[in-house]
Amino acid sequence: MTAFEFGLTMLVIGMGGTLGALFLITVGIRLLTAFFPQRNTPEEKK
Amino acid sequence: MTDAFLGGLRALSEGGVALVTGGGSNLIMIAVACVMFWLAVAKDVEPLLLLPIGFGCLLANLPLSELMHAGGVLKTLYEFGIGNELFPLLIFVGIGSMTDFTPLLANPRLLLFGAAGQIGIFLTLLIALGLGFSKEEAVAVAAIGACDGPTVIYVSNLFAGMERIPTAMVGALAVAAYSYMALVPVIQPPIMRLLTTRKERETKMPSPKGKVSKAALIAFPLVVTIITGIIAPKGLPLMGMIMLGNFLKVSGVVPRLVKASENEIANIATLFLGLAIGGTMYGPQFLTRDTMLVFALGLVAIVLDTVGGVVLGKIWYWLSGGKVNPLVGAAGISAYPMAARLVQTEGHRWNKHNYLLMHAMAANTGGQIGSVMAAAIMLSVLKGLGIL
Repeated sequence: MTAFEFGLTMLVIGMGGTLGALFLITVGIRLLTAFFPQRNTPEEKK
Repeated sequence: MTDAFLGGLRALSEGGVALVTGGGSNLIMIAVACVMFWLAVAKDVEPLLLLPIGFGCLLANLPLSELMHAGGVLKTLYEFGIGNELFPLLIFVGIGSMTDFTPLLANPRLLLFGAAGQIGIFLTLLIALGLGFSKEEAVAVAAIGACDGPTVIYVSNLFAGMERIPTAMVGALAVAAYSYMALVPVIQPPIMRLLTTRKERETKMPSPKGKVSKAALIAFPLVVTIITGIIAPKGLPLMGMIMLGNFLKVSGVVPRLVKASENEIANIATLFLGLAIGGTMYGPQFLTRDTMLVFALGLVAIVLDTVGGVVLGKIWYWLSGGKVNPLVGAAGISAYPMAARLVQTEGHRWNKHNYLLMHAMAANTGGQIGSVMAAAIMLSVLKGLGIL
């Protein structure tokens, strides 16, 4: 594998992988906040 | 008797003679150590790191000191905590326990800025390869773009341990990483202003509305750890330790461990890490063309990170019909919370009614996760390519 091929692989797979992983985490956060919503305290309800 | 006196005097003068006749590189490194002391003491630039690194550098460059020889205190510290990656990981436990991910959980879309803020890593990797660095050296240099000292030390030392990069390069990379992190307030504003229009900089963003439950805060570090373990297991030590620290914090049931992580553990690891890294800055091995290139490429990496974040911010601004301030993109790097504060200051400068801090904090914590994730992905891809 030449240096250029290596660099391009790292750019595409590395950046794509980082983006994909962070996207998955974003979806995970969405699910977390949906499953565990913040409920108002009795004082806030009043 | 005379011979004994002369022998004794010769022994006392050997250090001075070696310093003067040693080619000057040790003297230059002692001057570099003094510059670090000046920056830390007089200018308050990263004193927690520059003081121990500078002192380690001073000790290693005093001739005949033998502190970095087998059995020497700096060498022992290096083998004990850098050679096996322990110190950077302990610091990560402290960083995790000091980080508040609430703004990110309230506005998770901004995590994407944490991805854009890593583009500098991968572009710098290409440039480093073009300049003739080996694949491992290029990856280690590119890691400076993570804007995260422990990550740079972890990645570079992994290669140094396998003798794929010179040990002296670890010191250069660490100093470059920490120096540029400290210089973020100098490096970023001109780029932010150059890439945005006044109208874009004045964009007001409303405060995030969503509240975050404690259960979500507790589950978050577990989810991130599991996702990292599945996608990029080679980087799990990095992400695992940062999330361990955060898990301790948000659980709310181990205040003593949180206090220890934030203070004793992080402080002791920082002191020993700084000394050991400074010890690798031995003049004859440190002052090379590659070291100078490392510093230049480190700057390029952080500039490109900022450009990546701000450009994504501009795209988001257009797509959202002017609802997202592009300056927030500059916070998508790991320098926490410095980059977020900088965005707040810059946004406030152009619009006195603009409060971007919570959005910038979300992007900044996204940058922390993004930088560690990028390093984790790189290591896993290297393993897939058979290089690790």
